Amino acid sequence: MNVTVARLTARGLLGRRRGLLLLALPVLLLALSALIRGIAGQDESTAANILGGLALGTMVPLVGLVAGTGAIGPEIDDGSIIYLLSKPQPRWKIITSKLVVAIGCSIVFAALPTYFAGLILFGTFENLTLGFTIAALIAGIAYSALFLLLGVVSRHAVVWGLMYALLWETVVGQYVPGAQTLSVHQWALSIGEKIASPGVISSSVHLPTAVPLLIVATLGGAWLASSRLTRLTLAGEE
Amino acid sequence: MTTISIDRVSRWFGNVVAVNDVSMTIEPGVTGLLGPNGAGKSTLIHMMSGFLPPSSGAVTLDGTPIWKNQQAYKQIGLVPEREAMYDFLTGWDFVLANAELHGLPDPGAAAKRALATVEMEYAQERQVSTYSKGMKQRVKMASALVHDPAVLLLDEPFNGMDPRQRMQLMELLRRFGAEGRTVLFSSHILEEVEQLARHIEVIVAGRHAASGDYRKIRRLMTDRPHRYTVRSSDDRALAAALIADASTAGIELDLKEQQLQIQAVDFYRFTELVPRVAKEAGIRLLTVSPADESLESVFSYLVAAK
Repeated sequence: MNVTVARLTARGLLGRRRGLLLLALPVLLLALSALIRGIAGQDESTAANILGGLALGTMVPLVGLVAGTGAIGPEIDDGSIIYLLSKPQPRWKIITSKLVVAIGCSIVFAALPTYFAGLILFGTFENLTLGFTIAALIAGIAYSALFLLLGVVSRHAVVWGLMYALLWETVVGQYVPGAQTLSVHQWALSIGEKIASPGVISSSVHLPTAVPLLIVATLGGAWLASSRLTRLTLAGEE
Repeated sequence: MTTISIDRVSRWFGNVVAVNDVSMTIEPGVTGLLGPNGAGKSTLIHMMSGFLPPSSGAVTLDGTPIWKNQQAYKQIGLVPEREAMYDFLTGWDFVLANAELHGLPDPGAAAKRALATVEMEYAQERQVSTYSKGMKQRVKMASALVHDPAVLLLDEPFNGMDPRQRMQLMELLRRFGAEGRTVLFSSHILEEVEQLARHIEVIVAGRHAASGDYRKIRRLMTDRPHRYTVRSSDDRALAAALIADASTAGIELDLKEQQLQIQAVDFYRFTELVPRVAKEAGIRLLTVSPADESLESVFSYLVAAK
């Protein structure tokens, strides 16, 4: 972990439009939760729908996408990454620092808002809020690593990320049950399932499958990103 | 004493050969890498700065390969051609961050020294995004100098600079060269290179076209046959008078266009000869224009001459 890399990454991420986008999603979730609580009252299935669909299903991957790809993609695009890379720093350190910042963003802009939305909607009953919060936290970590990798390998990282998070995890997952085995969303849900009271949260993946896959996705993503960054070339721009 | 060696290096991108079997040694002092746009200068600099592996051959810093060797950056300072920096930082924050990334014991003092060297202290509190091109170039220089490197690589550093900034930067690079650092800069402008570098390496179409002292390169470039188009009040008489002199190699009387196509072999003598001969013979010169003065033709002559 390199503090300078982390500081530069955080300032780049939170500055200007990207910071506003990161802030807008949780604000929307909290406002909506307050509104629903006011209208529908304290209802378990409503709370589970909002936290599962809106928070974990939409906000967490979107924040992970913005934070993960935004932590490195723009620097590679405009070439300013050269100032980080032309230093006697191992490349894995640069990736680790950027990953820490992306995960930090996921915690602040996705996991914590999920927790507060849960409190507003359903309080602390049946560990529903805790279950979804831990799931959001775990998913945020995995998304950050995967989308950071996308940011290193592709100039169209945001498009690929959206296709994965919205098409694969939601649409394809609905019709092809097997696709859910390769879904960060489902892996995280299986951890939430374990934490919340029985029957409150359900996942289509079993915990013994989900945990190794989460670890492989996160560490593998970070490792691959480091190794690709080590071989990053500046093609001739003449 | 730090030396960069390029040993039989080629680099291709798919079917395109960007650098073709180039060998050169960059030694302490200022070296100019000269060549037209697209000749492979940036590709060479990318390989020397560890951002591109050679397809074949070896690029080494004092015997150690530079590709995938992050420790090499302790000795290398790089000024890239692209302008993108961390625009949201102030000049000071940017140079300080570079010092920290180098792991220097006192990054603040190093940043201060580097900004003073490029005379940018007066604007160091401003955001990089507000800088002019020349100011950005100087802050980039400061970031490359912050760890006091033995080698300085600059890709087209004079692009977009005004004459005063150009002079300042040249002065700075001259000083680094005199201090025994290995300074390499690329340019496509001969005058720029010969003002600054004693030693010049010429790259044309990916090939090493010439190497050596600037005087030698200058001679190669001026001694080549020059082609001129001349129109006058009496082309035939002028042609007869000019061909008598040893500085011309051939004259064609183009009756259709009513002009002379002249091939001169001694550039300086010829340019002095034409007005003198015309005056003596009472001939009025209407047009005297070089037919092939473009840089590309100069370079392609160099390649053919090799």
